[in-house]
Amino acid sequence: MAKLYVGFFLMHLKSQMQYKTAFFLTTLGNFLTSFTTLLGVWFIFDRFQVVEGFTFNEILLCFAIMTMSFSLAELFARGFDTFPRILGNGEFDRVLVRPRNTIFLVLAAKTEFTRLGRLLQSLLVFVYVLPRCGVVWSPLKILTLVLMVSCGCLLFFGLFLVYASFAFFTVEGLEFMNILTDGGREFGRYPFAIYGEEVLKFLTYIVPLALVQYYPLLYLLDQSQRVVDMLAPVIALVFLLPCYQFFRFALRRYRSTGS
Amino acid sequence: MIQVANISKSFKVAKREAGFGRAVKALFSRQYELIQALDHLSFTIDDGEMVGYIGPNGAGKSTTIKIMCGVLTPDAGECVINGRVPWKDRLPHVREIGVVFGQRSQLWWDVPVGDSFELIRDIYGVNAKLYRSNLEQLTALLDLQELLQTPARSLSLGQRMRCEIAASLLHSPKILFLDEPTIGLDAVSKIAVRKFIKKLNSEYGTTVILTTHDMQDIEALAQRILLIGKGRILLDGSLAEMRKRFDQRKTVVIEYLGELPPLILGMELIEASEGRLVLAVDPHILPVSEVITYLASQVELLDLAVSSISAEEMVAAMYREYRI
Repeated sequence: MAKLYVGFFLMHLKSQMQYKTAFFLTTLGNFLTSFTTLLGVWFIFDRFQVVEGFTFNEILLCFAIMTMSFSLAELFARGFDTFPRILGNGEFDRVLVRPRNTIFLVLAAKTEFTRLGRLLQSLLVFVYVLPRCGVVWSPLKILTLVLMVSCGCLLFFGLFLVYASFAFFTVEGLEFMNILTDGGREFGRYPFAIYGEEVLKFLTYIVPLALVQYYPLLYLLDQSQRVVDMLAPVIALVFLLPCYQFFRFALRRYRSTGS
Repeated sequence: MIQVANISKSFKVAKREAGFGRAVKALFSRQYELIQALDHLSFTIDDGEMVGYIGPNGAGKSTTIKIMCGVLTPDAGECVINGRVPWKDRLPHVREIGVVFGQRSQLWWDVPVGDSFELIRDIYGVNAKLYRSNLEQLTALLDLQELLQTPARSLSLGQRMRCEIAASLLHSPKILFLDEPTIGLDAVSKIAVRKFIKKLNSEYGTTVILTTHDMQDIEALAQRILLIGKGRILLDGSLAEMRKRFDQRKTVVIEYLGELPPLILGMELIEASEGRLVLAVDPHILPVSEVITYLASQVELLDLAVSSISAEEMVAAMYREYRI
């Protein structure tokens, strides 16, 4: 499976290299879009020194983590992000006549290298902020950071999966899912607690984006010593289960209705 | 062995009406229409057969193919292919079939065809030895040598179709489904594709199921025809049998010197011009040999051609008769 994925990956790389100029321009565009978000944060902090108890550098750390999780998810799981198209042009029928797991094939079907723009940005912010955010980097804290990014990426992947599942039912009005995906990324530059208790509850128990962001961030910043906060990103992965079930359900329905 | 028994399939299609007001209304309450795509469809295809699956647009051809490929689950009925139910044992089933969708490519657009082949090899887990021998044979038979290093986007339609067919056969499937394989091809490519399919079936024993609108495909390839209309099999037999049943009239074309000969019973004038005559002849009433003898006695024949009515005309006649 891993070897086959590499095969697909190299195929996308080879294809992408056929359009170098377009690749660099789109990547640059991707970099700039997310740069405006960064500027937004900077302007806010130009006026206020502290937002809800978080300093500029702490917010930057939060921004870098969410941006990196999201861009990794987009880079690898673009097939689900563009699923309505795959469904519409009949590519999905081809997927179903291949003797491999459907989710694997859709995952492997696209790799969006232009998202490297956003990834690069988050890397740069990391390089800037890691020594400046006041966190003393112990092995446990490094582990927490890695968990936040990797589980965050998986969580976004789960959301893409839900988005793709909806596409089986309808092609219209799917934008509401963007509130969770793109919205999660955009609002995720600030710790979710600043949006109020209701929002935090929703993002803790329903769509657990706060589990990969707010709670482990508290642990990183020594505002919490609880192990459960540190391991919250792992708990968030439970969310993938219903996502997977929903996709299976939608797929079964698609195969029995053909529409 | 493919056994299809009493397969039914219906689709719910949202009714769309013209006009802005109605479109707004449709946002809130949708009306659905139930379309019966397949209605108790049954047939059996033996190993090594070559079957032409024909019918007008919307008759249910694609739906049947999708069910046989395991993509769709029917509402009712049974289908067993090589001992498996396609939609239940999809993964082991699709390992043994090849599918060519004429309108959609399975090749990666921007990379050389050979690279696509290698990835497909890995998807099916074909071992190196089998892959090499399959590729060698396919390259020779479909004349792919030059194409393997070319990106798919630079191929002509005919070249691409040859590559598509090869791509579907790399894992040595027992059954090949071809959905309109000659659509849009030029004459040379069509003939090459047909020749290959014929060879694949006769020499390698691959079962071939072919949907097409091109009656020359059917004439050249299909030993057996399944005609589907309104979700049912209307006819099952060889082209010759169908001809016998539908229309046995022959077309006789002569070029001659002399006066226009008077017609006798059993002849029907189709076209007459200076020195050229086209007749339809019913051999039950008047054997073709007598037609020739008669014409030769009346005028001086310069040229003579006798032909059956074309498959195209016959199928059109069948569609008319069944009102599909």
